[in-house]
Amino acid sequence: MSGGSRLDSYVDRYAARTHGMTTSEIRALFAVANRPEIIGMGGGSPCVSALPLDTIAAMTAKVISDHGAQALQYMGGQGDPRLRELICGVMALEGIHDASPDDVIVTVGSQQALDIVSRIFLDPGDVVIAEAPSYVGALGTFTQYQADVVHVTMDDAGLVPEALRLAIADVARSGRRAKFLYTVPNYHNPAGITLVEERRDEIVAICAEAGLLILEDNPYGLLGFDGPPLPALRARVSEGVIYLGSFSKTFAAGVRVGWALAPPGVKEKLIMASEATTLCPVALSQYVVAEFLEHHPWLEQVKVFRELYRTRRDACLEALEASFPAGSSWTRPAGGFYVWVTLPEGIDAKAMLPRAIQGRVAYVPGVGFYSDGQGRRNLRLAYSLPEPDRIREGVRRLAGVLAEELDIVATFSGASGPQA
Amino acid sequence: MSDLGHVLVLAGGLSYEREVSLSSGRRVTDALAALGVEVELVDIDAHLLPRLLQDPPSAVFLAVHGIEGEDGGLRDALDVSGVPYVGATGSAARLAFDKPVAKAIVGRAGVCTPASVALQHAAFRDLGGPALLERVIDRLGLPLVVKPARGGSALGVTVVRSASELPSAMVACYSYDSVALLERHVAGTELAVSVIDDGGGPVALPAVEIEALSGTFDYTARYTAGMTEYHAPARLTAEQSVAAGQAAVRAHELLGLRDLSRTDLIVAVDGTVMYLETNVAPGMTTTSLLPLAASAAGLDLGTMCRDLLHRAALRGFSLPGAPV
Repeated sequence: MSGGSRLDSYVDRYAARTHGMTTSEIRALFAVANRPEIIGMGGGSPCVSALPLDTIAAMTAKVISDHGAQALQYMGGQGDPRLRELICGVMALEGIHDASPDDVIVTVGSQQALDIVSRIFLDPGDVVIAEAPSYVGALGTFTQYQADVVHVTMDDAGLVPEALRLAIADVARSGRRAKFLYTVPNYHNPAGITLVEERRDEIVAICAEAGLLILEDNPYGLLGFDGPPLPALRARVSEGVIYLGSFSKTFAAGVRVGWALAPPGVKEKLIMASEATTLCPVALSQYVVAEFLEHHPWLEQVKVFRELYRTRRDACLEALEASFPAGSSWTRPAGGFYVWVTLPEGIDAKAMLPRAIQGRVAYVPGVGFYSDGQGRRNLRLAYSLPEPDRIREGVRRLAGVLAEELDIVATFSGASGPQA
Repeated sequence: MSDLGHVLVLAGGLSYEREVSLSSGRRVTDALAALGVEVELVDIDAHLLPRLLQDPPSAVFLAVHGIEGEDGGLRDALDVSGVPYVGATGSAARLAFDKPVAKAIVGRAGVCTPASVALQHAAFRDLGGPALLERVIDRLGLPLVVKPARGGSALGVTVVRSASELPSAMVACYSYDSVALLERHVAGTELAVSVIDDGGGPVALPAVEIEALSGTFDYTARYTAGMTEYHAPARLTAEQSVAAGQAAVRAHELLGLRDLSRTDLIVAVDGTVMYLETNVAPGMTTTSLLPLAASAAGLDLGTMCRDLLHRAALRGFSLPGAPV
């Protein structure tokens, strides 16, 4: 300081982990993208308007009238025992049949589970291995705990086992310690890819051999369009995997109820870490979710969601096929919310975003899904929220934006240095 | 209570600076409300004009940044709706908002401004992008500042230090606007000089010196508290201070502005004060420069905004397209 003001009297007191907490151009652009005039294909918001809202209103009223004294009170840090039991039933649908309610911790969305897992495992400089690309919310959490993320290639069949072996060996050679593999095996966010059955046992075996914990994040598993879900990684082993689930996509994101299934020793630490953050997960939300699971044909509701998202996925893929230029490619998700688009050579999706906002369509640029600057040519389209006609119009608008951007990039091709 | 009557603060809209604008709007609204002014913060959308006609305010404070608030269109719309507002008319705002035009007007009157060229994408396409970029570098040298001709908050702005960085900077710039201003980078002390006219003629507030800790006063440095050090008043010699104030007032007058503006200047290493651009809807956030200048001058932000609203209410609305 030399006599000036930095407009924040606490600036010299913040922890080192806050250094990346800055505002950015992208945040400014997203503030506009949330306006109704813009077709928002950025955020992965579930279509909660497809829920029977009257039924949920009645259900919530019943929870308060029947269990108000508990639902409006603090409760144990591990979460409601009845809900934990019901969660074990949900996990059985993903092939996990040996889960005990004692090993389940209810969290404030699975994002809180990511946070407490990171808190108990990550020291500054530790390594997390993750797919390339990986969920931006998880990367943000790992970064806040000052971990380094090493990305591992995916192909159309998911995480590539040989690439995982190499990454583990590289990290070991560098003298650093990889604490866990973070993976979203089903209908990946953002890539829309699913890890094929043939690779699942191999991935589990590679991690077991290397002593690498697996953090399996599975919010979309029940939202597959082509039949029942593949058994989770946790379904194959009872040790070495922390499994994260969520009701944000199968019920309602606003209730903020997720969970972690962890080996007993880990579970105890997770409960203590969770209590230090929130004392207990939200009691009212837990009661509402439990009521929904116990007294509502919730799997029928999941079916409604599946069909709705399948229609929207189809609209998105058809529109991409019809309007996107040569040189682009995209994934074809068999479930979930996202299509991952690779743009023609020379296009930078982040640099193009202002033009897209001006064209009244929004997406998430790919760089945010990497910790190492990859993804410039990529963007994520979420088809979960807009109606199919809006999706078609959004993709059509984006194709127009892309045509303009290609024209600009072509103008400067051949100039010294790399293109945008 | 104030005798001003009911006033509106307009903010938001669909420009890239929506978030900053809402933050500015909230701050002005709170400052006015603290003085007992009957004030409401209103977003810019299709409901605005019917509302203005149904329940006309005494005056409007424009905290709308970016193209919606500063290209003159909203101001013309207020004029045709018969609503008085604080700040430049549409036609004056249009001149000031276009950086190459503003530089030409201010530069022609003898105020120094860094050498620059303004080029549409079509010029590069028709004449050959790589060849034209080479000519630009030959003529202006490096480093260069590439910025959208119209826009604020440093969005789309890149400081280019080598020829290899220029193509991607051009692409990023054209994503914000169809015209790019390529300006010779001048090393020196960055200043923002706010100008207020409360009826007695435009007066410069103390210059604010900007020292971005990262070296570049970009969007992040502007709106993340702690990333930039501000000195108000700026650490200038008495002569430089006077010259900076005069340049800002001169720009305000030459561009035909009224009520308030903020001019960005740079004091080159040799002491020359150079004009960069003028903002007709200066930011009012907690990290914005005009409120810092007002504070350095001992002015209360709310009182200043209230007085400007009074002045606007008394002045009434302008004839659209009136000469600046």
